[in-house]
Amino acid sequence: MIRLLFTVLVGVLLGGVVHLVSVLALPRISTQDAYSRLTPMTKLNGVTPLPLADPGNSLMPFMDPAFAVAICRYDLSDGPLKLTVPVSQAYTSVSFYTRNEIAYYAINDRSAGRRVIELDLMTEAQHEDLPEDEEITAADRLIIDSPTTTGLIVLKALAAEPGLMPQAQTSVAAASCSVQTEPPAKAEKPRGKR
Amino acid sequence: MRLLLITVLTLLIATGVGVGATWMTTTRGTEFGTLTIGAWTARPKTGTADIDPYARATITRNGELPIGTGDGVAFTATTDDKKKPLDGRCDIVVSGVTPAARFWTLTLYDRKGHLVANTLQRYGFTSQEIVRGADGSFEIRVASRSRSGNWLPTGGIERYALMLRLYDTPVGVATRTQRDAPMPSITTVGCPS
Repeated sequence: MIRLLFTVLVGVLLGGVVHLVSVLALPRISTQDAYSRLTPMTKLNGVTPLPLADPGNSLMPFMDPAFAVAICRYDLSDGPLKLTVPVSQAYTSVSFYTRNEIAYYAINDRSAGRRVIELDLMTEAQHEDLPEDEEITAADRLIIDSPTTTGLIVLKALAAEPGLMPQAQTSVAAASCSVQTEPPAKAEKPRGKR
Repeated sequence: MRLLLITVLTLLIATGVGVGATWMTTTRGTEFGTLTIGAWTARPKTGTADIDPYARATITRNGELPIGTGDGVAFTATTDDKKKPLDGRCDIVVSGVTPAARFWTLTLYDRKGHLVANTLQRYGFTSQEIVRGADGSFEIRVASRSRSGNWLPTGGIERYALMLRLYDTPVGVATRTQRDAPMPSITTVGCPS
């Protein structure tokens, strides 16, 4: 009897360990996560507009049907990424996710404060490699550090009424995201540092 | 022989408890960092790098992309104010005001997060298209049959969830009470018997 009780107790304790390990491991082993779902249908380091959310399209759960959405799936191993998103009529936002779907940064048109949202995305190592004087000229361009080399950028534009959806779609489709092979700021000001 | 039996039993219990607990917490959700106002719950931390491990497991399992904090916050309701599950065959009224936000959207999903098909192709409302009273408050009728005013069709499904998303809003990790974020009420006004 005591032995059976002991068995159950050890089983439950071990079960707790199994539970903790599986919860922590799930983000890494999941094959149904958003990144994996989007990989076959999106360009790498390019903007891919997503089909509109409707009952027949179960790409991701809980998508907001009032938004036109485009994805930029990125890989920073070839260099930093430059992102340009024109601001739509109503509301535009840009959200950044790591490879494991952690939302590490998001910005909307008002906090960007311009007609076009312009961002540079790089890894922390690439940010550290930036020449110092460039950091100063960079004051008016936003630099985001990505915690992972790969990840997702989600571009969204709100269609405040269903009739405005085509405009919102055009606006996100006009966005661009690409690897900058040669930093343009350097080319403009050849001050010969490095 | 006895030892083997006991070991196997221990491992079986461990697997059952462990996987069961993981399944429970990732499907039903946990109470960590939730903000509950009336029938609505939000988890503002899921939109930040401080997301808890349970929420991470849930979103990767479901394949969601949580809304980022700089973008907005999402509130979900699966019951009315009296804790009665939302039933698509009943008439439910969502009324009142919403917290400060530049825009909001209210969307109806089935319990798995898919939109529900209907002939109007109406899956939700945005703050701009809603018809409001003189004082700025609104009333949305969630029902399977057509209703006057702001009608949100349920397609007659038995269980659904409502999601209210606030975009560009001060509501977030620091929000605690109804006073910071006045959420609309959800009332079941009638069910066919």
